Amino acid sequence: MLDAAFFRRWMTATAVSVDREAERLTALDSPIGDADHGSNLQRGFAAVTAALDKEAPATPGAVLALAGRQLISTVGGASGPLYGTLLRRTGKALGDAAEVSEEDLAGALRTGVDAVMALGGAAPGDKTMIDALVPAVDALGEGFGAARAAAERGAVATTPLQARKGRASYLGERSVGHQDPGATSAALLVAGLAEAAGE
Amino acid sequence: MKMLINVPETVVSDALRGMAAAHPELTVDVENRVIVRRDAPVAGKVALVSGGGSGHEPLHGGFVGPGMLSAACPGEVFTSPVPDQMVRAAAAVDSGAGVLFVVKNYTGDVLNFDMAAELAEDEGIQVARVLVDDDVAVTDSLYTAGRRGTGATLFVEKIAGAAAEEGQPLERVEAIARQVNDSSRSFGVALAACTTPAKGSPTFDLPPGELELGIGIHGEPGRERRAMMTSGEVADFAVHAVLEDLEPRNPVLVLVNGLGATPLLELYGFNAEVQRVLSERGVAVARTLVGNYVTSLDMAGASVTLCQVDEELLRLWDAPVHTPGLRWGM
Repeated sequence: MLDAAFFRRWMTATAVSVDREAERLTALDSPIGDADHGSNLQRGFAAVTAALDKEAPATPGAVLALAGRQLISTVGGASGPLYGTLLRRTGKALGDAAEVSEEDLAGALRTGVDAVMALGGAAPGDKTMIDALVPAVDALGEGFGAARAAAERGAVATTPLQARKGRASYLGERSVGHQDPGATSAALLVAGLAEAAGE
Repeated sequence: MKMLINVPETVVSDALRGMAAAHPELTVDVENRVIVRRDAPVAGKVALVSGGGSGHEPLHGGFVGPGMLSAACPGEVFTSPVPDQMVRAAAAVDSGAGVLFVVKNYTGDVLNFDMAAELAEDEGIQVARVLVDDDVAVTDSLYTAGRRGTGATLFVEKIAGAAAEEGQPLERVEAIARQVNDSSRSFGVALAACTTPAKGSPTFDLPPGELELGIGIHGEPGRERRAMMTSGEVADFAVHAVLEDLEPRNPVLVLVNGLGATPLLELYGFNAEVQRVLSERGVAVARTLVGNYVTSLDMAGASVTLCQVDEELLRLWDAPVHTPGLRWGM
């Protein structure tokens, strides 16, 4: 079973990797966006860890809800509402339980990913964070390590795609050949989950 | 790349501190990043709130004041502000007559303003929204985030702002804002890319002998790259691109807008060519505005926006306005 401490470890591990990979995310965002994805998420996850240190929510759902609120309040751009919605809706789906099973988490995360797709209007293949999140959720049944590998593969697989959502969509064919920064950061989030599980 | 900054992290708050010092007629909340006209909330008046990434100055903070915006929320450079800023702005300016959010069509701006509208309504503030999407360079809207909001934002903010100033109700101010957007089209051309403070180098590589046609205002490349053209050739291309999409029967407002690094000498020269093309196409010009209004940091180049106006829109355009970036009649 997974308790609130597990979810805090997930958020902290993600914050650490976003911090470490911020320059890479920004470099990926440079040719097809405006070169700030790394610094924006870095600011957001720093706020998440600060808030979790201060408030210490008691349930998995409350940890994710607080994290999501922080991202919406600090990131800006499209990433703030999208990542914020992902975590808030996942947290809401987990409810008030003090501990949740891996199956509960897989189901809640699918609800969260569906909410992101509804909010941003993106589908798999549009060259967005969805291209890492959907395969990760699909693979969660086989464990956290499998989800991490699937997200990473999904992020890499965005390279040959043409962007259809967000600012990169304005580049049309010129967006082809660049790995999507949003899918890359989404893979970091899934990797943080595996890390929290000790995988 | 040399920039007159301290560190990239404080560029926006440093600018806001300087803006506060220069404009005591505005209330500038540097910490929460909200710029409000000093006399807000004005009793009985619909409030206009806009915002977006920084780097487009004077848009939007420079358009706060009597006759235009009630408040503006600047985000990080080229990044949408967050809902907290928008809710704070709405609460500061709402007199009970409601708030109109003027939103440029970018995914981040749309999502954050939508969330803010929900939160503001929870606080009992009546909110309406107008989406600005005037950029004809985005042709395949089915496969993109849709047309970008660029130069027409100034027309929407000025004209709807005047309607609000004279006490028109929220639904009427919203309808006028929508009419202005529907009557406006833009096209932009870049001679050089811009440099964001965080990156410190140009956002795309544009060789000296080439220009980008159909650019947006976030340093993204345009729809086509060509060998350098004369001012007259660029005017032909840009105005024709706009008129392919807008066939005005009424006179138009013309905005010849600099993107940040093009001097007025060039902009006025370019305007002469724009006016020539309009005259050749039989389009009557009601008013013309030339200058750097909707910029993209230090991007070199210009955009052309046309807005077809009836008598009421023209009257509202001519109404007095007093902001740091636009001021006449008072």
